This record gives sequence, structure tokens and C-alpha cells, in this order.
Amino acid sequence: MEFAIDLNITWFILIGVLLGGYAILDGFDLGVGAIYLLVKGDENRRLVLNSIGPVWDGNEVWLVTGGGALFAAFPHVYATVFSGFYTAFMILLFVLIFRAVAIEFRSKQPMAWWRKMWDWAFSLSSIFIAFLMGVALGNIVTGIPLGADKEFAGSFWSLINPYTIMVGITTVALFMMHGTIYASMKTEGELQHTIKGWINNTIIFFVICYVTITNATLIYYPNMTNHFMDYPVLFGVAILNMLAIANIPREIHHNREFRAFLSSAAAIISLMMLFAIGIFPNLVLSNPNPEWSLTIYNAASSQKTLTVMLIMAILGIPFVLAYTISIYWVFRGKVKLEATSY
Amino acid sequence: MDVEILARLQFAFTVAFHYIFPPLSIGLGVLLVIMEGLYLKTKDKVYETMTKFWVKIFALIFAIGVASGIVLEFQFGTNWATYSRYVGDIFGSALAAEGIFAFFLESGFLAILVFGWNKVSPKVHFLSTVMVATGATLSAVWIVVANSWQQTPAGYHIVGEGLNARAEITSFWEMVFNPSSMERLSHVISGCWLAGAFLVLSVSAYYIIKNRHVDLSQKAIKIALVFAMIAALLQLITGHRGAVGVSVNQPAKLAAFEGHFDSSAVAPLYLFGWVDEQEQEVKYGLAIPGMLSFLISGDFNRPVTGLNAFAPEDRPPVNIVFQSYHIMVAIGFALIAIGIVGMFLWWRGILFKSRWYLSILVFSVLLPQMANQLGWISAEVGRQPWIVYGLLRTADGLSKVVDASQVTFSLILFILIYLLLFVLFIFLLNDKIKKGPEASEAMASEYEQQKAIFK
Repeated sequence: MEFAIDLNITWFILIGVLLGGYAILDGFDLGVGAIYLLVKGDENRRLVLNSIGPVWDGNEVWLVTGGGALFAAFPHVYATVFSGFYTAFMILLFVLIFRAVAIEFRSKQPMAWWRKMWDWAFSLSSIFIAFLMGVALGNIVTGIPLGADKEFAGSFWSLINPYTIMVGITTVALFMMHGTIYASMKTEGELQHTIKGWINNTIIFFVICYVTITNATLIYYPNMTNHFMDYPVLFGVAILNMLAIANIPREIHHNREFRAFLSSAAAIISLMMLFAIGIFPNLVLSNPNPEWSLTIYNAASSQKTLTVMLIMAILGIPFVLAYTISIYWVFRGKVKLEATSY
Repeated sequence: MDVEILARLQFAFTVAFHYIFPPLSIGLGVLLVIMEGLYLKTKDKVYETMTKFWVKIFALIFAIGVASGIVLEFQFGTNWATYSRYVGDIFGSALAAEGIFAFFLESGFLAILVFGWNKVSPKVHFLSTVMVATGATLSAVWIVVANSWQQTPAGYHIVGEGLNARAEITSFWEMVFNPSSMERLSHVISGCWLAGAFLVLSVSAYYIIKNRHVDLSQKAIKIALVFAMIAALLQLITGHRGAVGVSVNQPAKLAAFEGHFDSSAVAPLYLFGWVDEQEQEVKYGLAIPGMLSFLISGDFNRPVTGLNAFAPEDRPPVNIVFQSYHIMVAIGFALIAIGIVGMFLWWRGILFKSRWYLSILVFSVLLPQMANQLGWISAEVGRQPWIVYGLLRTADGLSKVVDASQVTFSLILFILIYLLLFVLFIFLLNDKIKKGPEASEAMASEYEQQKAIFK
């Protein structure tokens, strides 16, 4: 197979970058949500919540932009997946709203019942969002009942099976690990000591899920490995992934939380890359007939639109990166509660 | 109910709810730039307290705007999949531009605006405020451009036939500067400014009546009143230009605005009335003869294209468009009147003693909101039965695989969750207003107090 980078492949990669950015950034704030109920005491909870306070909103923008880019670059995928997974997406939307409301409103009233209620809402919705996103990814691997007319022919329940549920749980585990490392990086004193103690457990939980899902993929969905057979050099990504995961406990042991966080981010990126290489060039696999799959070619916008958008991306992305980095720089260091905090 | 009505209801409901918030944040954003700019220039602490107070209100409004906005972006795909396939090539690049150029700017710098008071220098903070206001405005630019393309498509060609037909872009700039986009954008932006200005006017007038934070509120009223006056006059100009544009580009919509049926007749301008769609006339109305003809062509005797020039299946619903349009225009003039009276009282030096006028200001916050919603209804219902004017019918834009029971389920959930959101919003807004601008100074001790309670 000759390999040349064309516009369609470029957009496949760029949407991967946007969703990867989303997974790394919103990944840690969803993960912080997932362990949030384990944190005891109102002040500690506020500290943990405010560790993501100034940034969670911006992190979600990566999803919004990824969705917009998908609409623009591959409108058939956007239309088929969003209408086909209607009920699942509606539930995801409600939970996203609910989580935003919980973060925003939790600390606005002093009543204990009020805070407890929003604490539960925040934590459960964080876990549920990560889970649903994992289930969606799982369905891209297993393929969905897709007709020749590019329309989804299944039901809500056809999206749920043991494999997709397992991908959902793995995603929760991954974000939990990522979020716990982030929280330990942003806190200090006794609270940090407690949170740090959880990191090893989250790594173990993630590795168990990861091994299970890797085996299940190799056994049931060997099509995911085709490109790796053709291009053995791609195994480098898998090795990078394992090294990144193995590096986390080492960095934690040496009290280098930021480097552990970078390792965990590298693990997320390499996992996304493995997934992308596995499905390429399909975006949505049709399981009655692979011929009906939506690919980066038959689902794409015109070359003209892909070009216009590429120009926009080249103009815009340097700015986005510049101010994303400067904002994280402004809010670097340990979190402190102030008058403007949540 | 059939799935088309349900999907339209859901879209209308979710957009209407969302459209309460972004206009407030766009208008308030500009006012924050002015307030903080005044603080930097005069070093007067009052402007700092004022900015900090309104930043808190801004943050609350922004949060609900984001939460309800994600829904809209996904909803094109979930409920209007066929439409999404049809316009993806065109609409998509505008949405992507909105994400890359507007959303990142807005939500990124919002972090510094709200949480960064003690982390950056006053100048950097001011720069963040400018960036947030710019981002908010830019997001309106791209979404209105996309919506205007639906009203007046340009810069495209149709590829494929029948069910596989879709619009593909031929010129990006023709798409961006389609015949209605700049007129509609300027009209929407000045509507947003009104929404922000009247929120500040309302809250500040309330404080003066209650004899609280008087100095700060008087200064805020002066800023917001000037801004409101400019916006209200701009609204008149852009509205007029928009209507002339509609007469050229979407004559069926203009005819529905005025309930005008007969193409051979000179068109009057109604001040109010009730359209009888069966008998094709406006009843119980008061009209200026020939005025519509004059406004759009400069000639009192020139006939205007009426609804009868269009096949019945190509006409929008008339009365709802007529009523929403007329009430919007009436509110527009009322806002100008409120502005002029305020300016007059200020000139006479009795602005802050005129309690009757301040009471009007307290309630006037609802007027721009109503006008924004009604204007949107007349623009979008006036586009019917087309989802893309002249190209794709609304009924043909639906998702093929989504059935009525699914939409019923999601519509009910949306109504419930938005009700909850709205109640919380009002509750917290009220709470912040009751606490007032000086609360942020007292916050540290309040926090200490809470800490003691919740140990």
C-alpha cells in the first residue's frame, strides 16, 4: 500500500489531535470528578474542585471544537453517528449539563445538604461521561449496523455489549489515574499525601482493564491489527505506550508529579494513536457489510472545504496553543482558596 | 405528534433557552471592557468594585450559556441528520471557525477574567477582559453567518441528485458575505448590546431605589445608558436595512412580516393588527397607507410582492410572523424612548431623583430579551417551509432513523432540566444582586466563617 498524506488523512489526524487534546485535558478533570467523593471534608473537596476550577470549561471546548471539525470535515460521520446514537447522545448531553451545573452551583450555598447533593452529581456525572465516551469508542471498534444508505439500522441496546462496556470501564480507569495524578500535583500537605496514596491503586486498576481489553481486541477484533502486521514499525507506538505507563510509578516514587502527569498524558496519546491506526481509513465500521463503512473518503466534505479549514487550523492552532499554555502557566502551582473560588 | 413537529419544537425550545444567555454575555462583555478600562484610566476604586461585581454575574451567565450551547451543536446531527449531510460542506467550516477562533479565546481568557485577579497584573487582566469580549462577539459572527447562509445561500453549487444532493462550497468569502449576513449580524449584535445594557441599568436602578451602593450604581447607569442609547439607535438603522434586504432576498418573508397578500397592491405599514389567513387580510389593524412601499423602495405608489405570488406550500405561517415582528419593532421603539427620556433627565440633572423612571428601568430588562426572542421567531418562522431557503424543505432535513418516541423522551428531559437550570439561575442571580458589589471585598471573612461551620 502506497502511503501519501492527502487532505483527508490530514483531517483524520487533526480531528485525532483535537479529540486527543480533549482526552488529555478534560480527561484529568473527569478523573478528578471520579475520585472526588473519596475526598473527605468540605475544605478538602473545595481544594480538589478548585484544582480544575479555572480550566475545566476551556477543556470542554476541545470537545465542542472536535465535534464542529467532525461536522465540517466528515459530515456523514457526524450525521450518522449523532442520529444513530440518538438516545445515548441525549443522555450524554444531559449529564454534561448536569456536571457543569454541579461545579458551578456547589459552593454557592452553605447548606450541607446542598453541597452533598451537588458533590454526588458532580462525581457520578464525571464517571458516567467517561464511561459513555468509552462505550462510543468501543462501538467504533466493533462496528455498528450500518446500511448501504449510510444510515444506522440498530437500536440503543445494540450499542451495549460486553466489549463496549469494557472499553467504557477502561476509559473511566484511565481518566481516574490521570485525574488522581493531576490532583496530587495541585494539592499539598496532608491532602496531597492522601491523594498520592491512591495513585498506585488507580494504576493497578487501569492496567488490569488495559490488559483485558487488549486481549479481547486481539481475539475478537483482529481487524484492528492489520496495519500493525503490514508496518511492524507501528509497534513502536505500542511499546511507547507501555513505557509511558511503566514510567508513572517511577516518577511518583521520586515525587515528580508533573513528570508523572506528562507520562500519563503520553499514555493517553499513544492509546489514541493505537486506536486510530487500528480503524484507519474507516471512521465508522459497518458490521453487516464492511463495504458500507464510512471512510475518510466517502464521508468527507469537498476538497475545497478541507482546504479552507486547513488554512483556518494553521492560522488558529498556534494561538490556541499559545494561550492554552499561558493560562495553565498563570494558574500553575498548588491550588489555594480565594474569594473567587468555587 | 409527528416527528417533524417534535423535532422543531425541541430545536426552538433549546435555542430559545440558550438565546437568553449569549446576548447577555456579549453585551455585558463590552460593558466590562468599558468599566475596567475606566478603572485603569482613573484608578478610581469604584470602577474596580463595579467590574468585579459584574464579572461575577458574567461568569454565572456564561456558565449556563456554555452548558446549553453544547446541546445546539450536537442537535444538528441528532435531529437534523439529512440537513447536516446537505449543508455540512458549508455550515461546517463556519462552525469549525467558531470553535477555533471564538470559543477557545472566550473560555480560555474567562479563567483569568474570573479567577485571575490576584495572579496577573491589572493590564494583563484588562487584556483578558478584552479577549473574552472579543471571543463572545466572534462566536456570534460565525453562528450568524451560518444561519444567514440558510436564509440567503451563496457561494455554493449543488452536487448529486435527489436524496444524495448536497451543497458544496465554491467560494468561502461569498459564503461568509452572503447577501444577508452583515445586515443580520449587525442587527443581532446591537440586540445583544441592548440585552447587556438593560441588565446593568435594571440592577443599578434597583440599588438606587433601595438606597444601596448609590455612588457605584449612578456611575454604572451613566455608562450603560449611553451604551443603550447607541445600541437602540443602531438597532433601528440595522433593522431597517435588514428589512430592505429581506424584501430583495426573501420576499415571502417580508410579505409575512406585514401580512401583505396582493402583489399588485401598494403596501401599507401596520402598527398592529390581526392577520386572517383565510380571508387574506389584516383585521383590526391601524396602518400608514403606502408606507411599506416607501420604506423599501422610496416610492409610496410602488406595489410590493405579496404572499399570493407564492404557491400555498411555499408560504410561511403568516400571523405568528406578523405578530412577533410587530411586537419586536414596537419594543425597539420603546427602548429608544426609554433611552431618550433617560438622556433628557440626565441633562436636566434629575435622573437619579426620578423614581418613576428608575422603576421603569428595573423592569425594562425584560424588553430586549423579548425583542431578541421575537425577532428570532420572525426570522426563522418567516423562513419556513424551508430549512435552507429555496433549496431544502424543513420536512426533508430530519434524521431518518430517529422516531417520535425518542424525540418525545428527549424533549421532556430538556424541558425538565432547563426548568431546573432556569430556577437555579434566577435564584443565584438574585442572591448575587442581594449581596451586592461590596460583597466581594467582604468575601474573605465570609469564607473564614464558612470554614468554621463546615470543618
